[in-house]
Amino acid sequence: MARKLPRKDVVIIGLGWTGSIMAYELADAGLDVIAIERGPWRNTATDYPPGYAADELRYRIRHELFLSPGQTTFTFRNKMSEAALPIRSWGAFMPPNGVGGGGVHWNAETWRFLPSDFVLKTHLTERYGAGFLPGDMTIQDWGVTYDELEPHYDRFEYLCGTSGQAGNIKGTIMEGGNPFEGPRSRAYPNPPQDQPFGHTLFGKAARELGYKPFPQPSGNMSRPYQNPLGVRLGPCTYCGFCEWFGCGNYSKASPQTTVLPALVRKPNFTARDNSEVTRINIDSSGKRATGVTFVDASGDEWEQPADLVVLSAYTIFNVQLLLLSGIGKAYDPAANTGVVGRNFTHQTISDVVSFFDPEKFVFNPFIASGAIGMCIDEFNGDNFDHGPHGFVGGGYVGQVQTNGRPIETTPVPPGTPLWGAAWKKAVKDNYQSAIKPGTGVHGSMYSYRDVYVDLDPTYKDRFNRPLVRITMDFHDNEIKQNKFLTDKFAEIFQAMGARQVHKEYRKAPYDITKYQTTHLCGGAIMGTDPGTSALNRYLQSWDVPNLFVLGASAFPQNAGYNPTGTVAALAYWAADAIRSKYLKNPGQLINA
Amino acid sequence: MRRRTFLTLAAWLVGTTSLTRATVIHNHVPWAPHPNSPPEIARPGPWQFFTLDEARAMEAIVDRIIPPDPETPGGKIAGCAVFIDRQLKGPYGSNQGLYTLGPHTKGTKEQGPQSALTHADLYRKALAALDKHCKSTQGGKSFAELDAAAQDDVLRKIESGEVKFETVDAQGFFSALLKDVPEGFFSDPIHGGNNDMVGWKMIGFPGIRYDYRDWVNRHNERYPHPPVSIAGRADWTPAKS
Repeated sequence: MARKLPRKDVVIIGLGWTGSIMAYELADAGLDVIAIERGPWRNTATDYPPGYAADELRYRIRHELFLSPGQTTFTFRNKMSEAALPIRSWGAFMPPNGVGGGGVHWNAETWRFLPSDFVLKTHLTERYGAGFLPGDMTIQDWGVTYDELEPHYDRFEYLCGTSGQAGNIKGTIMEGGNPFEGPRSRAYPNPPQDQPFGHTLFGKAARELGYKPFPQPSGNMSRPYQNPLGVRLGPCTYCGFCEWFGCGNYSKASPQTTVLPALVRKPNFTARDNSEVTRINIDSSGKRATGVTFVDASGDEWEQPADLVVLSAYTIFNVQLLLLSGIGKAYDPAANTGVVGRNFTHQTISDVVSFFDPEKFVFNPFIASGAIGMCIDEFNGDNFDHGPHGFVGGGYVGQVQTNGRPIETTPVPPGTPLWGAAWKKAVKDNYQSAIKPGTGVHGSMYSYRDVYVDLDPTYKDRFNRPLVRITMDFHDNEIKQNKFLTDKFAEIFQAMGARQVHKEYRKAPYDITKYQTTHLCGGAIMGTDPGTSALNRYLQSWDVPNLFVLGASAFPQNAGYNPTGTVAALAYWAADAIRSKYLKNPGQLINA
Repeated sequence: MRRRTFLTLAAWLVGTTSLTRATVIHNHVPWAPHPNSPPEIARPGPWQFFTLDEARAMEAIVDRIIPPDPETPGGKIAGCAVFIDRQLKGPYGSNQGLYTLGPHTKGTKEQGPQSALTHADLYRKALAALDKHCKSTQGGKSFAELDAAAQDDVLRKIESGEVKFETVDAQGFFSALLKDVPEGFFSDPIHGGNNDMVGWKMIGFPGIRYDYRDWVNRHNERYPHPPVSIAGRADWTPAKS
């Protein structure tokens, strides 16, 4: 039997980027806020001190900063006709754990989506006709526009001290930036990071081919920075241990280095760590959340009553909690009914590994940061005419090599034996003169009727709750898109003078063992119609108006960018709606 | 906040923190020195997981996966078998943190490994099966007693699936070797492999030097400094007199 704690105005589930941002905004509005986080509290300097943070085995290979699958995992199958089996060790993505969430160990690639991405269905239908889209594709408009989100993107970039070169300030195209981006109200707070040799070489070759290369927007500091909350970050040292790792140098934007130091000083904010929310409680009307139930590290169960519930866990855990709490109708792909679990997507990532003459090229691949890179955006979203190509979607491509960590990044030319003297020689000969961007092609994945999540009928977690079941496969549209982008990407490496260019296309079937990104999206999507979305345009539940659900679970489909900038902008957008509209008149903000 | 509300809150906090091991964080940054565990440093010494026979086989295997050459030692001198020994004795060996609940059903390749065996069990069974196989086909010799060419031949046949073991998936064992041996060659020496940073010296990786602001703009110039490990460098430590 759960023991009941004193009521709070707001309970926040998960203290990563979105939970921290929302907690700050609502505490700032004077509300009494508690955040409940499954994992431990984490400090910047003391949890990953530079003296031993650079341990590739511990953090990259053994995944120390992540949720362990033993704590909870998912089941996976490609097709609805198959039996799903548990993901026993992480592969295609890495669920975060602990205060700061994925913001602790992300690359800090801080993108905005394109204006057309938010009105995707309308835009593509107008340009190409409805018949151009595959019949089972379920893309939707978001219900919010780029122009509405712009001030919130801007707030996040200034919170983080994002390093970058603006491409479009209030409609004026800026030299050296991304000419395809939506208009921004002002420049990035910091100039771009310095670019290592391989990255500048890519920029030069891309420019000579007629593209408009620009430095990737980066939450790794190009110089010391103090953000609007008064929190200071230090300059990045290009150590090459960024993504998968914590930054003990205060050089990477994370909740710990940007918002939490200001948040914890607010007397009306409390956090509980090592406590896992197991249920959102609903009253007998089914229309009102009364708070949450959680289990602490001792295994004791508690009830935290609250007037407003903010669900801000990782994508797929948001969906799991909605399903387990009976909030919203679960999606049924056969009947095509229900909203919770539909429009689940991931990403379509591929790479081109290039080998140069070791006599002429020394790249020092270990000199890098998590978000360093030179990119082009000509083939993202609908920046090019898809008519002749027979697919929709796209992505940015770039030399975004983040590391030369030798377990992960010792590429050898295709055809090299996997072991023995020839392998060893190839590793030695190519380490300094090969380029392996990792996620060089960062492509979109659009939504389909048979790609979704629901509760698994067989496998359980440590609380005996059903695991979330992922049913996912690539469709022809994504495979065509990836081939097109990978080929274009490879042409740039040829132009750089590589003597061998190896294209690693993303192929079907979707493989849960091959890492892509942790950018799972959808499952509890926002929209304009309660029949096809779980949330309205303010991320408010259509079914339970005192519940807001933050994170990439709201994306109706995935765009060809890293999601964190958009995830955070949506958190500010929802916080703004709560502060300016909901608190004055608690209830449904949109009448459907 | 009104003072009275605050006092009530403070009293509640004192009351509840004593009831639970989870931390309540309120009105302070919960900074603490060394909340994280520093790395465990593998020490030289006897085998911790492998039997002497297993260790002999493993040292032979790692020297075939990464053979010595005139410039760089092989897997054995680099400590790859010691690295795997320490890993199998630790959380990796027992599959700690992985999802181990059943039912265990063999699925598609895309669904990933579903074996009920721990990594430690896999090595134990596979090394026994390897010696049994060698003794029955190579005139009574164990794997470690074969010459290098014969060892390579056995490993190639396991890799290709031509040689199978009765008790365990031989190709699965070989896949584990292809992952674990290079990890022992390239991970920080604190884990027992990459002795004297030989793997890093071979390719020119500087280890955990951490700050490259002076070199990021020196394009196409080889970084000049030798590697540093989490445990420092041997030549920084004065010899005991």
